[in-house]
Amino acid sequence: MGNEIIEGFLKALQLIFSGDPTVMEISARAVLVSGSAMMLSVLWGLPVAVLLGLKRFPGRFLAKGFFNAMLGIPTVSLGLILYLFFSNAGPVGFLRLLYTPTAMIIGQAILITPITVSFIASAIESVDPEIKDLAKTLGASETEAAIAVLKESSNGVFLALTASFNRAIAELGVVFMVGGNIAHLTSVLTTTIALETNKGEIALAIALAIILLFIVSTLTLTVNLIQRQKTRPIIELGKKIPRR
Amino acid sequence: MKPIIELENISKTYGNVTALQHISINFLEGEVSSLLGPNGSGKTTLLRIMAGLEKPTSGEMRFESARVDESNINQIRLKTTMVFQKTALFSTSVYKNIAYGLRIRGCSRRETDEKIKEVLKTVRLEGYEKRPAKKLSGGEQQRVALARALALDIDVLLLDEPTANIDPKNVSIIEDVLSWVNKEKKTTIVVATHNVFQAETLAKRAALLLEGKIVKVGAPQEIFTLPSKILESYARLENSFSGFSKVTGEGTSLVDVGDGLQIEAPFEKAGNVTVFVRPEDIILSSKPLVSSARNSFEGRIVQISDLGPVVKLKVKAGKDFIVQITKRSFIEMRLNVDSRVFLAFKASSVQTI
Repeated sequence: MGNEIIEGFLKALQLIFSGDPTVMEISARAVLVSGSAMMLSVLWGLPVAVLLGLKRFPGRFLAKGFFNAMLGIPTVSLGLILYLFFSNAGPVGFLRLLYTPTAMIIGQAILITPITVSFIASAIESVDPEIKDLAKTLGASETEAAIAVLKESSNGVFLALTASFNRAIAELGVVFMVGGNIAHLTSVLTTTIALETNKGEIALAIALAIILLFIVSTLTLTVNLIQRQKTRPIIELGKKIPRR
Repeated sequence: MKPIIELENISKTYGNVTALQHISINFLEGEVSSLLGPNGSGKTTLLRIMAGLEKPTSGEMRFESARVDESNINQIRLKTTMVFQKTALFSTSVYKNIAYGLRIRGCSRRETDEKIKEVLKTVRLEGYEKRPAKKLSGGEQQRVALARALALDIDVLLLDEPTANIDPKNVSIIEDVLSWVNKEKKTTIVVATHNVFQAETLAKRAALLLEGKIVKVGAPQEIFTLPSKILESYARLENSFSGFSKVTGEGTSLVDVGDGLQIEAPFEKAGNVTVFVRPEDIILSSKPLVSSARNSFEGRIVQISDLGPVVKLKVKAGKDFIVQITKRSFIEMRLNVDSRVFLAFKASSVQTI
C-alpha cells in the first residue's frame, strides 16, 4: 500500500511537470469556473454588502443573520435544489443549463455569495464611521463616500474575495450535481479527484489534489503579501525623515 | 461683513434626546467665531449641521443667503469642510489624504502637487508627503487633517475641538495656522472648543452653548462676565476654586480656597472670588521644586487619564488639581496612582472669574 502511494505521488509529479493535457485542462476549467463564480458573486453581492455595512434600515439585522446562516449551507443540499431548478422539469429547465459550466458558475456563485456579503459587510462596518463623514466634508457625494469607505475596508474585501474563491474551487457538491463531471466539458479538480480515487487512478487524483492545494495556498499567500506591502510604511529605508 | 451661514431656530433631537434647542445665530464672512461649551452641550451637533452631515429636526440653515436643502447640499459641501476632534484619516499616505478633496474638485496632478506642497509648508510638515498618515503622532495627524482642509480653499472651515488631546507644541502650531489662514485667505472659521482661552486667542466672537441652547453670544471676554453659577456649570473649566481673598500689599492677593490651601493671584481684590488656573500652566515634578513660582504644593496622584500624546493627572493637594503633562514626561518620571508629586504655578497664571 505504502509503495502504491509513493508510486502514485511520483507519477503525479510527473503528470504535473510534464504538463499533462488532461491535468492542465481540468485545472484551467476549475480556475475559470470558480473565478467566474467569484466575480458573479461580487457583482450581485457587493451592492448588498455595501448596503448592509453602511446603511441602517429596518430588517437589516435579519438580512445579516440570513447571510451569516447561509455561510454553512451544505453544498449537496444546494446542489440538489439547483439540480431540480435546472433539470428539464424545473422552472428554468428550458434554458438547458444542466451539466454545463454555466450552471456550475451560477451554482458556485450562489454558494459563495453569503461569504462575499458577510465578509465585505463586516469589513465595511469595521471602518471608522467618521471616514464616510470625512469624505463628505471633503466634497464627496454619497456614492463617492461609499467608495471611500470600501477602499478603507480593502483588506477585508480582499479577504472576502480570497475566501470566496477558495470555497468555490474546493467545493464538490454543487459542481458534481449541476455539472455532472463530464470529461472535457464540466470536469473540474474536485469532481475528478473524487472520481479518479473511486476508480483507483490514484496518480491523477494526487496530481490534481496537489494542484488544488497549490492554487488555494498560492492565492492566499499572494493576497497576504499584497496586504503586507500595503500596510508597510512607505518611507524608503535609509532616507532621512525631514524634521520640522 | 455679511453673514455666510445663517441658522434660524435650529433644533435637533435624537429619539427622546434633545441635542439642540432653537439655535439662531449668524456666522459672518471672514470672521473667526467659536462655539464654547462643555462636553455634551451640542457644539459638535451644531457643527455637523453646518457641515451638511446632519439635518436639523426643525429650523432653517442658509448658506450665502440660499436655503440649504437636499438639492444644494453637495454644492455647499464643496465650499465648507470640517476637521474632527478625533482625527479621521484615510489609511494611506499624507499625500493621498490631502489629494482626496482636490481630486473630487477635478484638480490636475500638477495643481494637486503644488497645493499639497504649499499646505504642508503652512502646517510645518514639509516633506511628509510619502509618510503613512496614520503612523504620525496625534498632533501631526491633526495638522495633516488641517492641511487637507486648507488645500481645498473653502469658504468656511469648521473645527471641532481641533486641539483637544494634543500636546502644547502642536496646539500652538495649529492656532498659528488658523490665525494665518483667516488673515491671509479671509476664510470664515468656526471653532468648537471647551477652552475659553483658545476661544479668546482665536475668535472675535464666541457663542456659549449649555445643554443645547445658546446662553450668550459676544466677545470671549464677555463670557467671563456671566454669573459664576453659569460658569460653574461649565464643567470643563478645570481647577476653579472659590474662596476669600486678602490683599498682600505686593500687588497680589492670597485666596484662601479651604482645606488649608492658599493661592496667590495677580490682582488686588478683597472678598469672595473664584479663581482658576489652566492645567497646562501647572508644573509637575516628582521632586521638591525650587522655582520663582509663587504657588507650590505637595500632593498625590489620584487619577491618570491617558489622552495619547498628553496625560491628564488629577492630583490631590488639599484640593484636586488637574495637571496636563506630555506622555514622555509621564514615563520619564515613572508616575503612577498614589505617586508623591510637587505642583507649582506662577501667580500670573491664576485668573479670576
